Amino acid sequence: MTPNAGQLKKSLRRSLSVLALCFAGSALAQTSILNVSYDVSRELYKDINPAFVAAWKKQGGGDLTVNQSHGGSSKQAMSVAAGLDADVITMNQSPDIDILVERGGLVVADWRKQFPHNAAPYTTTSIFLVRKGNPKQIKDWDDLARPGVGVIVPNPKTSGNGRYTYLAAWGYALDKTGNEAGAKDFVKRLFANVPVLDGGGRGATTTFTQRDIGDVLVTFENEANLIAQEFGADKFDVVYPSLTIEAEAPVAVVQKVAAKRGTEKVAKAYLDFLFSPAGQEIIAKHDFRPRDPAVLKKYAAKFPKVKTFTVDQKLGGWAAVQKAHFADGALYDQIIVLKK
Amino acid sequence: MAATALHLHSDLAGRYESNPATRESAWVKWTVIGVSLTFFALFILLPLFIVFYEALRKGWEAYLVALVEPDALSSIKLTLLAAAISVPLNLVFGIAAAWAIAKFEFRGKSFLITLIDLPFSISPVVAGLIYVLVFGRTGWLGPWFIENDMRIVFAVPGIILATIFVTFPFIARELIPLMEAQGRDEEEASTVLGASGWQTFWYVTLPNIKWALLYGVILCNARAMGEFGAVSVVSGHIRGETNTMPLHIEIVYNEYKFSAAFAVASLLAILALVTLVLKTFIEWRATQTLKRSKT
Repeated sequence: MTPNAGQLKKSLRRSLSVLALCFAGSALAQTSILNVSYDVSRELYKDINPAFVAAWKKQGGGDLTVNQSHGGSSKQAMSVAAGLDADVITMNQSPDIDILVERGGLVVADWRKQFPHNAAPYTTTSIFLVRKGNPKQIKDWDDLARPGVGVIVPNPKTSGNGRYTYLAAWGYALDKTGNEAGAKDFVKRLFANVPVLDGGGRGATTTFTQRDIGDVLVTFENEANLIAQEFGADKFDVVYPSLTIEAEAPVAVVQKVAAKRGTEKVAKAYLDFLFSPAGQEIIAKHDFRPRDPAVLKKYAAKFPKVKTFTVDQKLGGWAAVQKAHFADGALYDQIIVLKK
Repeated sequence: MAATALHLHSDLAGRYESNPATRESAWVKWTVIGVSLTFFALFILLPLFIVFYEALRKGWEAYLVALVEPDALSSIKLTLLAAAISVPLNLVFGIAAAWAIAKFEFRGKSFLITLIDLPFSISPVVAGLIYVLVFGRTGWLGPWFIENDMRIVFAVPGIILATIFVTFPFIARELIPLMEAQGRDEEEASTVLGASGWQTFWYVTLPNIKWALLYGVILCNARAMGEFGAVSVVSGHIRGETNTMPLHIEIVYNEYKFSAAFAVASLLAILALVTLVLKTFIEWRATQTLKRSKT
């Protein structure tokens, strides 16, 4: 390459990046990080972000903006895989972070070991929300598989919330019938009662509360409590089933993006903050079950004791679940096809 | 003239009615008018009314607060920016394409027409995905752009590209039938009289198509501001950065802030109504011009 051509290329590149700068506008004027998260965590991070920005500034970290993006968790993970520049990813199920390990190594393989508690700062659980007075007498998973009951669940293919519901029902049926065939039959009957599969948890909430479709909404505990706050406790009742799933909400630094943008330190500090007492306190206020025993004790009244199992305990871990249930043509696909 | 989508008021209806041979009986006339008006009221006026009703349910103050909130403001800005870039580009392209198709014969002409129609027949979601597949991290051109620190998808350029794609056919589609109907006689006359190519364009072609062109611009603009599907796929939904008005409405609605969602929706509706008034005005002016040219 002649020096001239090199120069030309350089100046072309420079003018292009100036153009890109113009587009990006004020975003580059100060440090910013982007937290790509799942659908129903938006209220939580709206409180976490200012608290962290203040704490960061106090530590001498300077001015910081934390941007948020929310949607169905798997859809969000795919966006990050396709180039959405997330510095941190805060999801509600491990597969949505694992996929970023597989696709282009955006996240380090041992991300679970980077933070305490399997890198999950809080848990929640799948419970039922029924219409006031529980007219259909819905008490446990069995009632959801009864004919004539309308069940609202987000799509397990695109949403972690829906996936946990599916797995909770599966785990319950596995205990009850003692075998996979029984569980499959039970979950098939349950999903036959689902009139609409929304893409994310919030969409399912809107279907149940605004469009008045269905008799029971299966969703996360925090979402159910939020609904009660927003629409008034006189419209809905919360029902805890006899057994349900513990949903860990994992977080990770998107290493490749953060390294490139020079935000590794602040991204890690942001996630560390979630595990700090101050962060745990905010988490508990938003009806997520905190990890910190002291904070959990303080808010014990909010979190009734409920018998739960985890994916690792009962279902052999996420990798196995992914393969057996959610891969193309696996159990979930079979159940949905059988339903028709 | 019938070929153009621009609706020109003619006195044909009056002629049909004054002639007993073509006049419909009164009950047919009123049933048809009644059915269409009821339909219109139920499916168009009522929802429009509800948008404004819901928007103002918590009062003017809440309405204004919802509109000046930083995320809302940024979505309004982004929507206007996307329209301000995509409409002029499509204007230039639309005139060029319509000119080429209407005034010249060349091989592949019908293929070009098909290509222009493509964005109409492709679902907007697919249109958005195309850009993700091309400019995404694992896409064809994406790695090069990312290597050079340029963001196309999940950033403003992607939104503008997607908007250009879906609004691409409006102006050309509006102009082609009109220019074909007009033929090239006037241009030929102007050339024979010694006008240059530019002069012919500025003094002959452009005045002839100006109303249809404006009409196309307005349709194009309306779609550019209202587009949801394609933009949703390439947006990344970063608050205050890559949300356009339609996306912002969905997000706010999903946060149980119904009045705020309807407030932004009403603003979008107002923009649409302004568009509608402009469109009616242009139709009226075009009719006037047509009448004048006939007398």
